[in-house]
Amino acid sequence: MSMNRLRTLAAAAALSVTVAVALPAGAVLPDEMLDDPKLEERAREVSRNLRCVVCQNESIDASNAELARDMRLIVRDRIAAGDTNEEVLQFMVDRYGDYVLLEPPFKASTYALWFGPAIFLLLAAGAGYAYYRSRTGGVPAETVRPAGLSAEERARLDALLRDDTDTSSKS
Amino acid sequence: MSETNTQTADAPQQEPKGSGWGKRLVFIAPTLVFLVLIGFFVKQLGENPAELPSVLIDRPVPEFALEPLPGRGKPLTSESLKGDVSLVNIFGSWCVACQVEHPFLMQIKESGFVPIHGIDWREKDPRDGMRWLQKYGDPYDHVGLDPDSKVAVDFGVTGAPETFVVDKQGVIRYKHIGPVNAEVWEKTLKPLIEKLRTS
Repeated sequence: MSMNRLRTLAAAAALSVTVAVALPAGAVLPDEMLDDPKLEERAREVSRNLRCVVCQNESIDASNAELARDMRLIVRDRIAAGDTNEEVLQFMVDRYGDYVLLEPPFKASTYALWFGPAIFLLLAAGAGYAYYRSRTGGVPAETVRPAGLSAEERARLDALLRDDTDTSSKS
Repeated sequence: MSETNTQTADAPQQEPKGSGWGKRLVFIAPTLVFLVLIGFFVKQLGENPAELPSVLIDRPVPEFALEPLPGRGKPLTSESLKGDVSLVNIFGSWCVACQVEHPFLMQIKESGFVPIHGIDWREKDPRDGMRWLQKYGDPYDHVGLDPDSKVAVDFGVTGAPETFVVDKQGVIRYKHIGPVNAEVWEKTLKPLIEKLRTS
């Protein structure tokens, strides 16, 4: 292996380690973090479930938007003040609506969202089955299997097999 | 080929029963799904997906007390929103769209129709907002500084400018996202303020 090749490999390894270590850090800056690592971990967990309302498809944990940073700090304030994770999420829902949750809640207005895929799968399976049935004309598989040998054919086959064993024993 | 032929020939009387409905369903079901989807799309056409419905409508404004702009006095607190119908405007000296809406807010102030209160949001320097108002004019009655979005989040703010209509009891009645202009004013804000005044 050449020196250049080695160097490239080392660089790739270093890069992948950096990426692997850096990803879970999100957009949280050191000055935002809580001193207690347990509380900080809870804050991270809550932040990952909250939508950045400016960027819309990022969590506030991953977003660099200024409002996302302020929301992260508010989440930490509430956790430090003794709120449970659910209370912090509810605090944001009270202000921004269910929209702020990245995982939609399970309730009457979201049933279509939760059950939709399963219903479509069932419909597709039903349609597939109906199509299959119409192709085979609704006849069970056994009846289309070729019939067994008649007595006459059986006798002929036996004779042929006997012939075969006779010739093989002779030689 | 020949295999399928013999099968259908074997059970000709079962054909219409088994596949009659199935065949019709194959055409009806996708058409229905398609129509439902079209319905959703048409409904979505006129909507701006960036505009979130405010869950705060018809709820009292949260309790808060903001710091005044340096040298200006008259800080904004939740108490200053009670007693008269008022507008609460989220702005910042960094916000370009706020500059666009600003001359119209000045017009409203000059007409004396309704008091406008300001939330000076996310200024890097607390003096920036004051300088901005000195440069372009000050349409506000009470103004408070909200550097870390504490009150902005209480109002469910997603960007500036946003304008809230607050009734006499301090209950949020309407939220307008984006600059206020003559059209929004004549069609929505003014009639709503008049209605809230008489009720």
